[in-house]
Amino acid sequence: MTTQRRAPEVWREMGLTDAEYARIVALLGREPTDVELGMFAVMWSEHCGYKYSRPVLRLFRKYRESLEGAGFENAGVVPLDEQLGVAFKVESHNHPSAVEPHQGAATGVGGIIRDIFTMGARPIAILNSLRFGPLTEPRNRYLFEHVVEGIASYGNCIGVPTVAGEVYFHPCYSGNPLVNAMAVGVVPLARIVSARADVPGSAVMYVGASTGRDGIHGATFASETLGDDQEEKRPNVQIGDPFMEKLLIEATLEALETGAVLGMQDMGAAGLTCTTCEPTSKSGTGVEIETSLVPTREADMTPYEIMLSESQERMLLYVQAGREEEVAQVFRKWGLNAVVIGRVLQEPVLRVRHRGEVVAELPPDYLTTQCPTYTLQADEPAYLAEAQRLELESVPVPSDMNEALLALLGSPTIASKRWVYEQYDWLVGTQTILPPGAGDAAALRVRGSDRGIALTIDCNARYCYLHPYRGGQIAVAEAARNLACVGAVPRAITDCLNFGNPQRPEIFYQFEQAVRGIADASEFFETPVVSGNVSFYNESEFGAVYPTPTIGMLGVLERADDAVGMGFREAGDVVLLVRPAARPADAEPHFGLGASEYLSVVHGLERGAPDPVDLPTERALHRLLHTLARRRLVRSMHDLSEGGFAVALTECALAHGVGVQVDLPAEAVDHAPRPDAALFGERQTRVILSAAPQHASEIIALARAHGLACDTIGATGGERIQIDWQGARLIDLPLTRCREAYEGAIPRWFST
Amino acid sequence: MKAGVIVFPGSNCDRDAYYALRDELGYTVDYLWHDDARDLRNYGLVIVPGGFSYGDYLRPGAIARFARIMDSLRDYAARGGLVLGVCNGFQILCEAGLLPGALTRNIGLKFRCMPVHIRVENAETPYTRRYRQGEVLRIPIAHGDGRYVCDEATLQQLRANGQIVFRYCSPDGALGEAWNPNGSIDHIAGVANAQFNVLGMMPHPERACELLLGSDDGRRLLQVG
Repeated sequence: MTTQRRAPEVWREMGLTDAEYARIVALLGREPTDVELGMFAVMWSEHCGYKYSRPVLRLFRKYRESLEGAGFENAGVVPLDEQLGVAFKVESHNHPSAVEPHQGAATGVGGIIRDIFTMGARPIAILNSLRFGPLTEPRNRYLFEHVVEGIASYGNCIGVPTVAGEVYFHPCYSGNPLVNAMAVGVVPLARIVSARADVPGSAVMYVGASTGRDGIHGATFASETLGDDQEEKRPNVQIGDPFMEKLLIEATLEALETGAVLGMQDMGAAGLTCTTCEPTSKSGTGVEIETSLVPTREADMTPYEIMLSESQERMLLYVQAGREEEVAQVFRKWGLNAVVIGRVLQEPVLRVRHRGEVVAELPPDYLTTQCPTYTLQADEPAYLAEAQRLELESVPVPSDMNEALLALLGSPTIASKRWVYEQYDWLVGTQTILPPGAGDAAALRVRGSDRGIALTIDCNARYCYLHPYRGGQIAVAEAARNLACVGAVPRAITDCLNFGNPQRPEIFYQFEQAVRGIADASEFFETPVVSGNVSFYNESEFGAVYPTPTIGMLGVLERADDAVGMGFREAGDVVLLVRPAARPADAEPHFGLGASEYLSVVHGLERGAPDPVDLPTERALHRLLHTLARRRLVRSMHDLSEGGFAVALTECALAHGVGVQVDLPAEAVDHAPRPDAALFGERQTRVILSAAPQHASEIIALARAHGLACDTIGATGGERIQIDWQGARLIDLPLTRCREAYEGAIPRWFST
Repeated sequence: MKAGVIVFPGSNCDRDAYYALRDELGYTVDYLWHDDARDLRNYGLVIVPGGFSYGDYLRPGAIARFARIMDSLRDYAARGGLVLGVCNGFQILCEAGLLPGALTRNIGLKFRCMPVHIRVENAETPYTRRYRQGEVLRIPIAHGDGRYVCDEATLQQLRANGQIVFRYCSPDGALGEAWNPNGSIDHIAGVANAQFNVLGMMPHPERACELLLGSDDGRRLLQVG
């Protein structure tokens, strides 16, 4: 092996600190080789090593571990019934998408899909959470259009439906959009595959696409702040080949049927390095590979490049000795590479040879568990106390509430995302019961089970900015509520924690507080965080993004056809509002206007704090909604979120073009003293229901039995939306005008 | 009834077609691998499913038409066997010369996935005889290259022979640009060959076989037995 002393610039360039380099030298007892240094740099990046976030993420672990053995696999598989389990995970692809939106987003989908079928699960759904700067900026329109196109081109081609998502627009995402992709798969519980290398002598088999020079140091790139050298970073972005991925899905699932595959991991961040060191480290074994056997796109690739390449659509399999050919044949049938490049060793050593010569040799643990962790300083941000103050008296009440409602409906964050989801194939697989736009969450049947699943992804980043702890709690509460609104029981969480540079104490404060909020709510709702991803350094010349801990959540429908949509179905139904029986003791004095979309869109203010969520009341609501769906008592359920009551009601009406008249009782809006607070205040734990009139009394009785209040507030019918409050008609609009504002807000920026 | 579903690398509606035919229509169904030449005589229906055959990086269907199974399919069709091409399958049948015309990029240049309405223009084909002439069906589309084009002479011929089997329309059956999701000439959503045993269509009948998924209007189309 050739090792040498090198100048500090070499490791600093790779993102390692001087102290980390010294630690490497101390661990090895010598200078690392070039290949080893590259391997350390990627594995010790925040992206792979979680060196800054790990201490805080322990908050999730305690609760999750208490469930393992009780049916929850450590791979993050949630049992659906006796036979089947659901695997799901969310991951960010923010930086690649900022630089090369189409490929960045496409490979984000490809990567998370591989995480799913690597567990032996057939991918059945994709969701995504997207955040951009305002559409008024051409660069943001470019990013938005091409991110959507990238997701569509990849997801549609591999035949996995994109069933739900969210899109927010805010100046904090200019220059650093967030692209979080979530994938969901179904696996027979008896056939879950882990990323392990337990058996010495088993073969290390490389399958899938050839290795190219793309994406080298991608994980390092993900672990730094985007600078003005973005254009130069374009070659760091990998290029996706969805056709190859589709073949890989089919071939991998077919290969698993042989029973000869002992372990498997996809080559995502840190490629071959990660897939050799992680499984062996977990299993306490070692591995020896020969890089010249790896199929490459170019003849002269160095072992350094081969070990660090992040070329897409590749997997590493650990195959039972003697059965290599059986497995390889399946991949060859699908026209894919399948090459044995090494063997698992008894001794815990990761040895990399290139044409026989050893170019790296070290215990796998050095790259994984020996990654240093740091407890960073957290200081309350300077802006916080000031921004939480809101003097409502200084906010004028608009003279025309119709105009205010239309402004909210036409704000791209609230407006219909039809322009987005019509570009996604949301029905391939023929399991989608509630497609995008039809319910508060997507609902799918699952072939082979009577049960169905509900899926959502959600986060209000403004809440997290103005109150990180509550924001984290509310993100979980709202995701769970979305699932309950379609009739499902919330079961588990995957999270994608998007924050700025954690080495800044105010950012780390946001992170720690938001994670605490998520952990507390998750534990209370008994919905463990089973998988997730941390994305730091989401900053650009415009500053850090708002703290955005995106919550992906899975719910279970006892019967798939229980699923309830959000839209009013027909004229003559009663409309009810379910809410907490009492205001929380610690409620803000802003009647839901603090941190609201209304305050931002109509008054240009981002102030105040979101109302707290009372977790016991929230859980009672989830149970009530589940009961209503099971007993088939309701025709629609929709929760109040951005834009408050008036926006939610309008969405119910627009879904199937059924008008509505309501009279909003004072107690239903916490006796708000002003009409804008009554209409647009954002209050937690509230849901609008519609039902056949004969069910109203039973629904109200059930709500009371759950400790909640429920009022009949109006009826469906006609072609207008009318809202009365304290004897005044605040809102009176034809559906057509609301639809124009709601459906037109996004397409108007794109000519075709 | 025995039906076959062709599987190309990159087909992704093969499983949907398989389940619809097996579970909803009660057929015996086989997958037919693209690289195998097969005698298809025993099949009552062969579906060329949707997807992205061979990735469709060149032009949809342009490579699939050279697959071994396509020779078998040509023989089968020549003997009067029923061949239904859906979405990518329609594109492949056009590329293979089994159907007239071609499918090009949608007029808006975007992939579109949504339920659309189509009108039965010829209720006397083996696929449509369970529908009324002029009946409006609600069936989803999901494609980026669904704009049907052909030359004027072909169009005249299609009209004269009744080979235009489906047209995009409003929920009430009216024709108009607003109801045509991809800019197809003459609002064409599906065409048959002159013998009416080969049908190609962009909307997905296999996705419309159960009310749970929003519509079962496609079911009767698959009842060809």
